[in-house]
Amino acid sequence: MKRIYIKEEYCMGCRLCEIHCLVAHSKSKKIIKAYKEEFPRALPRLIVEQKGPFSFALQCRHCEDAPCIKACLTGAMHREKKTGIVSCNQDKCIGCWMCIMVCPFGVILRDIKEKKVATKCDLCPDEDIPVCVAKCPNEALVYEEK
Amino acid sequence: MKRNNKGKLVPNFTEKYVIIGNSVAAISAIESIRERDKISLLTVVSKEPYFAYSRPLISYYLEGKVKPEKMYYRDKQFYQENNVELILGQEVVKILPEEKNIILSNKKKINYTKLLIACGGKPIVPQIKGVDKENVFTFTTWDEIKHLENVIKKKKEVVVIGAGMIGLKAAESLTNAGLKVTIIELADRVLSTVLDKKSASILHQHLKENKVELITENTVEEITGKGMMVDGVILKNGKRVKTDIVVIAIGIIPNLDLVKSAGIKTNKGILVNEFMQTNIENIYAAGDVTETWDFLYKQNRPIPIWPLAYEQGKIAGTNMAGEKISYHGGLSLNSIEVFNLPLITAGITTVEKDTYEILVKFQPERKMYKKIIIENGKIIGSILINNIERAGIITGLIKDQLDVSNFKNEILEDTFGYIYVPKEYRSKEIMPLEV
Repeated sequence: MKRIYIKEEYCMGCRLCEIHCLVAHSKSKKIIKAYKEEFPRALPRLIVEQKGPFSFALQCRHCEDAPCIKACLTGAMHREKKTGIVSCNQDKCIGCWMCIMVCPFGVILRDIKEKKVATKCDLCPDEDIPVCVAKCPNEALVYEEK
Repeated sequence: MKRNNKGKLVPNFTEKYVIIGNSVAAISAIESIRERDKISLLTVVSKEPYFAYSRPLISYYLEGKVKPEKMYYRDKQFYQENNVELILGQEVVKILPEEKNIILSNKKKINYTKLLIACGGKPIVPQIKGVDKENVFTFTTWDEIKHLENVIKKKKEVVVIGAGMIGLKAAESLTNAGLKVTIIELADRVLSTVLDKKSASILHQHLKENKVELITENTVEEITGKGMMVDGVILKNGKRVKTDIVVIAIGIIPNLDLVKSAGIKTNKGILVNEFMQTNIENIYAAGDVTETWDFLYKQNRPIPIWPLAYEQGKIAGTNMAGEKISYHGGLSLNSIEVFNLPLITAGITTVEKDTYEILVKFQPERKMYKKIIIENGKIIGSILINNIERAGIITGLIKDQLDVSNFKNEILEDTFGYIYVPKEYRSKEIMPLEV
């Protein structure tokens, strides 16, 4: 399956990926509305990591042997048969954070706006290319099949 | 296994797989077997009358947070899709390894070629006076909780014996259901097997704020009441606590009732090798019924936690279907929320040795605690309360036993992230093919 990979040395830490990810996961999918009208604000599904001059954007790796699926108490975290994407069925999720405990990349986030649920990168199912990849001005993220 | 005409090993598809138990280890084994062998007979026997449900959800069910239809671990079609013969509501009463049969409570015999024992744990019930009265619960099965659900409609007070994971979740759900809860704990603190005194003090305060009374360094010596009714408990120090209901949540031990007579080797749990095989070649075991290789303590011991049960079920199922894979052991991991306060622990967290280097951030006013225990430059344990974000990075560092000497002071900071993991150790999974 196609996954997102990181070219760390190309990342400038501009956080455009984060902004576009948030917008893509907002209700309106419009940047101004997402930031000015939707409260609580939507969560970006990736994390921009920074350490001095170094940075990169990190999102779910959709691991083949995914620890989060094994740890999930409810069966909410699962692999979609058709796409291979690791996905959280938020209807079933109870926010026990077992997935957060075991994800070695730390890319599963707590969404506690309404019902407590785990949230993560869904590879933008409605887009050809995930928005973080598409909107990166320096091609620090690539979407490819290994 | 046999070789096909290309010389590749393939399952011979004439197995009769039988699995005793129907929780996470069993489900994971079914999935692994069926990935490799879609044809052979696969039978699952469970004494509970339900499709696999998520046992830890029973406290959520009791307070109405999880509806009955959301209790199930897999879709309704799971057993059909995986071609499983499911026998529910029947207990396995005997394993006969010589004739490769199991006997059910209805006297029926089932023949197997490969057997998986995944019958889980059972609650420790001390033989105190009055323990056989009505309204004494162990908070371990859905049926029991359905009964408790009816009982609490007419009752007001409950005593929970034990402040471990089950005791705390029981206390939380019963409080939220409107009862007055008192916890009696033998140790000097809650979650005494995974929390130190400082971190436990945060929980003690939190329980108090949520109207749960906690009595530590004490235990129940007698459950009192006329006939089968419960009206109170008498503690070791002679004090009496009035109650209508008692929940016994002292702990869970491997359920060895079935295996002892079958000649299967046990210690505290069933002993298995790296292929999850018992001392009898075609009998496997996985999950809470086993002893797990704890690679931090470097010893076998029961670690009754969900993720390990899943992993062991997968290893067992894969080997049963003829593909050899090894299990490398596990570590203690816990994630729990008590009245909305999240906490995560990993590895060795309560033992203290001179050789350990301990990093702590303790902010009781924010109910925040972070503790990292390092030995020889490697993290062997962690406790996180309230700020649990990205806890898995630390779990990963423990699992991989990476040297953290160069960035250990960053780990307690809120800005800590995967970028601190040295580039040469970072998973290949994050890099593209060509950089």
